[in-house]
Amino acid sequence: MKKYQREIEKIMNDRQLTYWQRTDALAKYAENLLDYPKGTPEEFYILQDSREINDLGEGHGPKCPRYILPDYEKFIKEGSQFLRLDPPKTLLEAVNSLLIFYHNAHSIDRFPVYLGRLDILLEQFVVKEEYEKAKEIIRWFLISIDRTMSDSFVQANLGPEETVTGNIILELRPELQNITPNMSLRYDPEVTPDEFAKKALNSALKCANPAFALDSFYRERVGENYGIASCYNGLLEGGGAFTLTRLRLGTISEHCENSRDFFENRLPLCIDTQLKFMDAKIRNVVENRAFFDSDWMVKEGFVHADRFVGLFGMVGLCECVNNLMKKDGKEGRMGHDKEADQLGVKILETIDKAVSEHYCPYSYNHHFVMHAQVGADDDEGNSAGTRIAYGDEPELYEHLKNCGLYHHFFPSGVGDIFPFDETAFRNLDALLDIFKGGFKVGVKYMSTYLGSGDLIRVTGYLMKRSEVEKLKKGEVVANDSVVLVVDKTPARHMTEKKVRSFND
Amino acid sequence: MIKAPVNKIIPSSVVDGPGNRTAIFFQSCNFNCRYCHNPETINMCINCGACVETCPVGALSFKDGKVVWDDKKCCRCDTCIKTCQNNASPKIKYMSAEEIWEQIEGNIPFIRGITVSGGECTLQADVVRELFAIAKKHGLTALLDSNGSYDFKNHPELLEVSDGVMLDVKADNEERHQWLTGHSIDIVLENLEYLASIDKLEEIRTVCIPGSLENEKTITIVGDILKPYLEKKDIRYKLIKYRHFGVRQQYRDFKEPTEEYMNELKALAQQKGFRNIVII
Repeated sequence: MKKYQREIEKIMNDRQLTYWQRTDALAKYAENLLDYPKGTPEEFYILQDSREINDLGEGHGPKCPRYILPDYEKFIKEGSQFLRLDPPKTLLEAVNSLLIFYHNAHSIDRFPVYLGRLDILLEQFVVKEEYEKAKEIIRWFLISIDRTMSDSFVQANLGPEETVTGNIILELRPELQNITPNMSLRYDPEVTPDEFAKKALNSALKCANPAFALDSFYRERVGENYGIASCYNGLLEGGGAFTLTRLRLGTISEHCENSRDFFENRLPLCIDTQLKFMDAKIRNVVENRAFFDSDWMVKEGFVHADRFVGLFGMVGLCECVNNLMKKDGKEGRMGHDKEADQLGVKILETIDKAVSEHYCPYSYNHHFVMHAQVGADDDEGNSAGTRIAYGDEPELYEHLKNCGLYHHFFPSGVGDIFPFDETAFRNLDALLDIFKGGFKVGVKYMSTYLGSGDLIRVTGYLMKRSEVEKLKKGEVVANDSVVLVVDKTPARHMTEKKVRSFND
Repeated sequence: MIKAPVNKIIPSSVVDGPGNRTAIFFQSCNFNCRYCHNPETINMCINCGACVETCPVGALSFKDGKVVWDDKKCCRCDTCIKTCQNNASPKIKYMSAEEIWEQIEGNIPFIRGITVSGGECTLQADVVRELFAIAKKHGLTALLDSNGSYDFKNHPELLEVSDGVMLDVKADNEERHQWLTGHSIDIVLENLEYLASIDKLEEIRTVCIPGSLENEKTITIVGDILKPYLEKKDIRYKLIKYRHFGVRQQYRDFKEPTEEYMNELKALAQQKGFRNIVII
């Protein structure tokens, strides 16, 4: 008992956390006093200790699903009894209604990870307002989102069509320099006009938002009513994901003698354990937790239990490939050698096959979906998802082609980042050509930012260099993810990403 | 098979025409501009061997009286370029159009075209023509970046496979053009009008140096010649700020223009009917 009390005191007295950050830490501490759900395989504990499987700090028995994507179009059309709101009739009513919804929504943490397709939701009201008036209302809508949902995993979507709302947002974002919301442009080269896409790139260079998601891929592989939530997770609107658990492929490879040992013994064991662990977790949240029976979002039909999936995650493909090549007595590295690249493909095919053969009664379509996770605490020896280790990236075109080998395995989330220097502003057409080329060679999600700017992407989410510096000096900052990055993300993620120049 | 001396190939260039392009730089130029910022591209190597002596990694050697460059050993320190008294480079590869194409083909999904530059690309017109024909077959656009000394009118076969020319107009009259480049201006101005008249003028470029060149007069003359064409087509005028970077020591006393001065030149170009003016 004394031990627990000491830990609780420690959290409550932490001067570097805000009130809400302390409250969250207390809740997580309490939850983790519980056992892992019934059905968790024994091997899980061993593989968790050896760092080969990681539950991403989800807690032993979460209160609700990890990612929730409410059906905001239904809300705008019908209003909500729980929130005592009629359908909005003006832009002012619409943005305030949404802000009220966001305040009452949540994901596994207290903030929603999905804010909806802002242009689709607001366009009917925006076109009825004078342009400047609409812009002023949206300006304060965006500021409210940033200041009240201080978490980089809060995500909103735009596109693929050009809209007045989309234009306003792309004009405001560089000016506001806010971290939140993370934003994706659902990009379709056939539908999204080049001028609009260039405006998005201009914004991305200046404030790291939006990223580009290949619309056709997510429509086909997730569903017509997909949304991009959190970092870059393609999930169904009105649904989401129960859980995300990850294989640390780099670490797994360290426990193997060679690639044969990996494919025959260690990898199958890890996959099987992770599948069973996820089954146990999902059963717990569906059958025992209150969420699917009593939450107002469920009761009013803004989310449906049968539109949730399990995310089978992984990190460290690059280190896994490089370790196995070395253990097999070969020299090649991922991104620089065909055989190494193909080994990466074989690893993903193996995992994909096992995952697609696994039946889970509660997961949408009864199967889990693969997710190339962006990396988290204690990931030393494992690069984000399928990315080439920072600092070891090949020449730009080769790098993009390398992404193309792996991205298609991950409908629920994958992506890479290509920071550019100031030369990119000289010719946004050229940058758009590179993005278009990337999608042609199989990239599904990509983002950029200005290598020297304040707003940078750390693995998948956004960060202000200046805020990170503040926290390092011991000052309190509102954004939860800054706390996360300073505590846990290896410093290399912030500094060593290769910045591209057109002067190369 | 005809081969041409290639100085370098840049897979991704944003300053050599619209969109993302692969740029091919050929060695040797028939102008000798005082402000040239890559003077090592002006002449062909005379095999004096001075660079063989100074290369720190042994990437240069003599073979049959010729300087040979070992690409794999080279550490790209440019000591050879600094050593050369002849405005040349030993790091040249003689390549056929097919060999150049092999280096470009893999870039296709990312680029909308290629641009040949230099040096002076039209000195390699035969290889350029073959290269452009291949590029066009693969759906790429092909642009020439030229100092305007080539007789385009009497050699139409080059323009048949080109989408356009980015033309340097470096001065306003014969005297100053001779002083700056060592070459006559007449053919340049003839090309300016001719290329505009057949809709192959992609862009005009003028490097601006206050005090040493009468940039205002150059812009005026260009505007006067292009007047009838500007009404029909928006031709881009790129005003380039002179920078000391890369320029030979003896010519470094030129003055770099201020932002304000460049904006004055831009306003003048606007007056002369240009709508698309880029300052770089």
